[in-house]
Formats: sequence, C-alpha cells, structure tokens
Amino acid sequence: MTEIWQGFVKAIELIVSLDPEVMDVAWRSLRISAASTILASLICIPIGGLIHFRSFRGKRILINIIQTFYSFPTVAIGLLVFLMISRAGPLGFLGILFTPTAMILGQMVLITPILLGLTISALSGVDKAIRDTSISLGATEFQAIWAIIKEARYAVMAAVTMGFGRAISEVGCALMVGGNIRGFTRIMTTAIALETTRGELELAIALGIILISLALIINVALNIIQQRYT
Amino acid sequence: MIWWRPKSEGEFQIVKEVHFWTTSKERERERERERERERKMKKIILLTVLALLLAMSLVAIGCPAPQVVPDEPAAVPLRAALERMRVATTTSLYDTGLWAHLEPMFEEEFGVELDILYAGTGIALEWGRRGDVHAIATHARAREEKFVAEGYGVERVVFAYNYFLIVGPADDPAGIKGLSPEEAFKRLMETGAGRFVSRGDDSGTHGKEKAIWREAGFDYEVVRDAEWYIEAGRGMGPTLVMASEEQAYTLADMGTFLAFKADLDLVPLVTEGDILLNVYSVIAICPERRPRTNIKMANNLIDFLTSPATQRLIGLYGVEEHGMALFTPAAGMDGK
Repeated sequence: MTEIWQGFVKAIELIVSLDPEVMDVAWRSLRISAASTILASLICIPIGGLIHFRSFRGKRILINIIQTFYSFPTVAIGLLVFLMISRAGPLGFLGILFTPTAMILGQMVLITPILLGLTISALSGVDKAIRDTSISLGATEFQAIWAIIKEARYAVMAAVTMGFGRAISEVGCALMVGGNIRGFTRIMTTAIALETTRGELELAIALGIILISLALIINVALNIIQQRYT
Repeated sequence: MIWWRPKSEGEFQIVKEVHFWTTSKERERERERERERERKMKKIILLTVLALLLAMSLVAIGCPAPQVVPDEPAAVPLRAALERMRVATTTSLYDTGLWAHLEPMFEEEFGVELDILYAGTGIALEWGRRGDVHAIATHARAREEKFVAEGYGVERVVFAYNYFLIVGPADDPAGIKGLSPEEAFKRLMETGAGRFVSRGDDSGTHGKEKAIWREAGFDYEVVRDAEWYIEAGRGMGPTLVMASEEQAYTLADMGTFLAFKADLDLVPLVTEGDILLNVYSVIAICPERRPRTNIKMANNLIDFLTSPATQRLIGLYGVEEHGMALFTPAAGMDGK
C-alpha cells in the first residue's frame, strides 16, 4: 500500500514539476492514440454506416465476426503488424517498423473492430423512420447514412471514445511494433511496463496515475461538449 | 464543435416546413438563407477541425520528438530529419543502464539518433536476420558465430565481459554455496531442495543455463519438467525479482544482479567457474545480405564501443554506485 501512496505522491511531483521526460512520453501517447483513433474513425464510421444501411447475405455473420474481433489480443495484432512491416515482410519496403507510424498503424488495426461494431450498434438504435423519410425525400444513400449517423452522434461518439480508450491503454502491440525506444516510440504504457521490470515501482505507478488522469480529462471534455450542444 | 448541435427535430420538421412555405414564402426564404449561413459556418468549422486533426496526426507520424519542430507542423517531413541508427541490445546491457549512459555520447560524436531496442538475445538475433536493426549487441557466442557464418552479420567484435553467478536465498536449502556451477546444478537436481527460476526466454543467459545443465550431465528437457523448476519467460530484472519473491535460485549476470541487488533478498552463492564467463559482443548486420543496413553508422558504433575512451567508461561504469565495476572492457580480445 505504501508503494501506491508513494506512487501517487510521485505522480503529483512529476506533474507539478512538468518533468520533461514524463511530459514527452505523455504527449507522445496522446498524439499517437489520437492520430490512430481519428484515422480509424474516418474509415470505420462510414463503413459501419454502409454495413448498417445495406442489407446483404451474410450481414449477421459479418457483424458476429466483427464483434469477435473486439477481444483480439493486442500482442497478436502486434505480431501480425510486425510480420507485415518488418524488412522481410510484404510491407518491409516502407521501413516503418519501430517508428510512431507503425504504432499508429497497429492501434488502427486494433480498434477498427470496436469502432465498426459499436458504430453499427449505435446506428441500429436510430428510428427506422429517419431512414425511410430521408429516402422518400430523395436523399442519396450517402445523405441518408449521414442523417442516421447525425441522429446517433452521441452513441457514435461513445464508440470513438471507447476506441481511443483501447488505443491509449494497450501495451502489447505498441511494444512489439514500436520497440519502446526512448524519446521516439516510448509511450505511457510501454514506459510503465519497462519501469515495472526495472523495479522502479513508484515511477510505474506514477505513470499509471498520469495515464488515468489523461483519460479522465479527455472524457470530461467530451462530456462537456456533449452537454453544451445538446 | 457546433456541428454536433442537433438540426431542429429531425426530418419531420421538413414536412412541416413544406406547409409553412405555402403560407409564408417570405418568412421561409429568410429562414432558408439563415439556414444556409449556418450550414456554411458548420462546414467551415468542420473543415477547420478536420484540418487541425490532420495536422495533429501528421505531426504524430512525422516528427520524432515534440521539441524538434514544435511550431511548423506543415513543414514536418515524413522522415525524421536526423539520421537514425538502430541497435538491438540484450536486456542485461539495457537494464544496468549502460546504454543510457553511452547513448548521448555516441549521438553527439556522430550526429545521429541512436534507437536502442532491448530484447533477449533470441529476438535480437531474429531482428538482425530480418534486417530490422543495423547492429546487435548480445552475449551468446555460439549463436553469434552461427549468425555471422550464415552471412547475416559482418563480424563478431567483443567489447566487454563479466561473469554470471548463481544467486539464491541466504539459507541455501540445497547447500550449493562455494561449489562449482556444474556441481551446484547437480546438487539442485539430486536433492530437489529449493526451487530454481529460469529466464526461459531463449536469451543469452538462458542459453548459458542450458549449457551448464549439459555440462552437469543432464538433459535440459528432463530438467525443465521438474516440479521445482520455474520458467519465468521474462528479462533478467523480472526474473531476479521473481526468484527473490519465491526465495528460489537463479542464474544471473553480474551487471544486472548488482543493479538490482538493493531490492532483492538474494545472495551470491556460486561465483567461480570458467563456464560462468559472460562475453558481450557487437555485430554489424551484413549490408550485402540486408541492403538497407546503415553500415557506416553500424561501424561507427563498433569503433565507438571499442575505442579506448569508451572502453575506459565501460570499465568504470557502476563503480560509484555499486562499489565495483559491472563490466570489464575487453576490446581486442578473441572472445572465448
């Protein structure tokens, strides 16, 4: 228990003193996860809308598969991405292994199922009348999907928040494709893993507390935005 | 973020407004214009936000550290401006802090960003084979020689050594204190008193442990099935912590043991024996085999590690903190 308390004190110390290394790591964590969440959202929300909107054979099965991939282990995704972008792999010519770009790619792959699946279920909650009305008013497919997405924007936002949460909190994939290089690919979670193995438990706990605080700030900010514009 | 604001009350409104339009054209036109303006505003805000987010992701992709180019996200190149050189190192060199100590000196001398990846010798060699790193620093002679013989590495260059030691609980239930390493392992196997935590991660230390079991006359596959034998599957630091928690024996390199000693409830028991020699060497990845190797920087790293100045630093590393050196410089030795 004393370690947790000392970790808490240390966390506050590190935040107040704006410790450059911790700030650097936290900022990098935030940027990489924000980038991967935004890029994945730009891809997944329209595709999720399309899957919801269209009816086709095997739709149920597709959705089941997407939902199964929620629990895809992060290290397995790390291994998959590693094999793809390693020099000896099919995308090796890009030379992005052990760079932040690789981590963004890995996190995008990681959260794609969550974003797709939760977008689809968010849109399923929207009244069918909206879809029918917009079509009967002459909306194109894209416009109708857009109308439905707008109607379900809070649930979609929740999906995005969830995706961000999974991206910023995962460690297996980031460690495997990023390599935890100090000052380049070290993020909060990989730093925690390293400090724990080094026996620097206080620092590890402090980093954990900072990570939680970051998540808290982001969630509160999103909440305020939601409430303000409802 | 105004673009999230709900647009009146859904599509039902539109139907109502059609009715509106027939009664008061003027008012409807006014409203339409207002809505148009609002839509335009929304579009502008949306575009700004998107542009900002895109810029942010570009920054995240492109720049290595925020302090390098904080003010000009538009001009950030997709590749870092500074040359990067990547070395995979065994955990024992990393956990002792030796690399963190040497890194800034190398970076300053050669104007390069040194990316240090830590892993067991097994993964480090695999990264080298795949061409994902430019040099490796490991400690498993036979496998390193095989690596070079297979054409993946240019040459094995020895730069430091220290010794492995068998550590365990102070009460020493199997009574191995002062024995030779082979005798000690034999005693562990025969008495079954006390437990043994193995790295179990195919690292250089794990390889050494297997070699000792072999020398002691046991088949490793039989040993690992023993009830008292624990495979941690982790780096040297965590393995030592686990051995301490379990009050078990383990094989450790001197450097990591000294670096962790303060937090451990373990004492050195077996420290003498030729087999315990632990030689660290550095290998540049062969550019003929893996053309993307930055061979110039890899050679610079080897020259740096074997230079008299760095060798002196390696010999002094840890003296202040632990009262004794963690490594002995060994450049130019044949590296048994």
